[in-house]
Amino acid sequence: MKSEQLAWLIKRHGIEMTHLSHGSHIGSILSVADIVAVLYNDVANITPLNIKDENRDRIVLSKGHAGAAIYAALAEKGFFPVEELKTHYADGSRLSGHVSHKGIPGVEISTGSLGHGACMACGIALNAKLEKMPYYTYAIVGDGECDEGSIWEMALFANHFKLNQFVVIVDHNKMQSLDYCENTLALSPFAEKWKAFGWNVYDIDGHNHDELRNALNDAKKSQDKPTVIIANTVKGNGISFMENDILWHYRFPHEGEEYDGALKELHAVMPEGVTDPYEEVKE
Amino acid sequence: MRDTFVKTLLEIAKKDKNVYIVTGDLGFGVLRPFWEELPDQIINAGIAEQNMTSIAAGLALQGKIVYTYSIGNFPTLRCIEQIRNDCAYHDANVKVVCVGGGFVYGSLGMSHHATEDIAIMRALPNVTVVAPGDLVEAACATKAIYETPGTCYLRLGRGGEKQIHESIENFEIGKAIKIQDGEKIAIFSTGAIFDEVDEACKTLSEEGIKPIVYTFPTVKPIDKDVILECAREYDTIITVEEHNLSGGFGSAVAEVLSEESNLKAKLVRVALDDRYSCIVGSQKYLRQQYSIDSKAIIEKVKENYTK
Repeated sequence: MKSEQLAWLIKRHGIEMTHLSHGSHIGSILSVADIVAVLYNDVANITPLNIKDENRDRIVLSKGHAGAAIYAALAEKGFFPVEELKTHYADGSRLSGHVSHKGIPGVEISTGSLGHGACMACGIALNAKLEKMPYYTYAIVGDGECDEGSIWEMALFANHFKLNQFVVIVDHNKMQSLDYCENTLALSPFAEKWKAFGWNVYDIDGHNHDELRNALNDAKKSQDKPTVIIANTVKGNGISFMENDILWHYRFPHEGEEYDGALKELHAVMPEGVTDPYEEVKE
Repeated sequence: MRDTFVKTLLEIAKKDKNVYIVTGDLGFGVLRPFWEELPDQIINAGIAEQNMTSIAAGLALQGKIVYTYSIGNFPTLRCIEQIRNDCAYHDANVKVVCVGGGFVYGSLGMSHHATEDIAIMRALPNVTVVAPGDLVEAACATKAIYETPGTCYLRLGRGGEKQIHESIENFEIGKAIKIQDGEKIAIFSTGAIFDEVDEACKTLSEEGIKPIVYTFPTVKPIDKDVILECAREYDTIITVEEHNLSGGFGSAVAEVLSEESNLKAKLVRVALDDRYSCIVGSQKYLRQQYSIDSKAIIEKVKENYTK
């Protein structure tokens, strides 16, 4: 599978899962999909066969509200049946809105409250340093999440302990719950902040898979610094009426023109070799 | 008590390379023996308790046994959600250690009084809550939480606590320890305030009053058997804690009593009367001011003692 194919499937599942469940956060799921796809498909050494291997890479979704993107990636990569994605949010499901590790192969930790996962990931990365283990720890963090003080506690810590096998990827979609980040608690100059904290910084297009791959692979050259990849993304990416509209932080694609419109736009950019996993159901 | 903790943990950590201390930049002097002998097993996370606790959880989930260390409310209330979500929910082997339960840092002011920690920590599922009453209990508790998988809370005094026990043969998490036999009144004590109970009992014995006395080094899980046994046999149970009335040790005892019928004993709780302290003073002084000292215990015993 190519990362572009996986990214498309994550977006497709995201639309279906939030549509069926009336679930929130489709804007975030769409903005983070490319990051998740490149990470699972091309960079991180984690497969259904090595989830118990202590040298596997660790991926932590600190912005737990985009959990559907992780579930979709894991299902498509064979960690559990794709069919199960439809149970997202449902009574008795394993797949809670915010990402859960309970009983779900491939998820390292549960998150949901912001500013936790990145710090736990930092602890996991510290373990690699202490034990001289080869694995990398990747934490996917929201830009709004960077309002949390604990993120900056972690930023001090990771730099001080020279956690060079620790990579934070910020899904910098510029929006948070109520408004643009810049109208809430201004983050800019964002890259400079991380540089000032001593981090190795990449400022890239978070929807460009080559740029993501290059930055993630380049991060492995770091000898003594943690890396942050500021992945500049668009909230609601790929669905024109959802892009950069705060409404779609919480709204789910409703039956009718929202759901149909989203699918139409997705199908227009469906990569070669991919089939819509829900096509049969719809026809 | 804190020195006993460090000494005991150092012995454990020498044998088990997976044991780590992560301190929130506290323990000046106290942690030095550990730092000197095992510098690779101690990490200063800085004055950043939220990250300290999440880091500990991250390390623990990779197989380490991590003791977070700070004073007063900093390792608990300051980062309670990290304890809840990152440690307890994940069954992470994190041992949260607080030096200075109650009014230990009396003169430092309200910020440094840990008087709601037992209530808050015991409200969390998957957290064992331990408050040793003397140096021997502290050593036993330090070993016991090492052997207890999952998240534990160890509430310590500071120093100068009396030694109650010569030694404890069968220290067990969840078990109260009988200090003396007696009649009519049962006194249950948790944590370093046992000093006051001990003093009260000495005075009372001169007047021919001898309550049965237990220490409860574990508040959660609580020793239901001892509570119910005493509730059936004695007229009054008096709980003593250096902690607020709401939700603490006395409340834990009340919860056990409330679910049983045909009990004889009435419950009297000696605890801080649902307030913050704004009085400046030593631990001893504040205990007196808030009526949780030996004098207050004696009064409660006498009020409830019928010949």
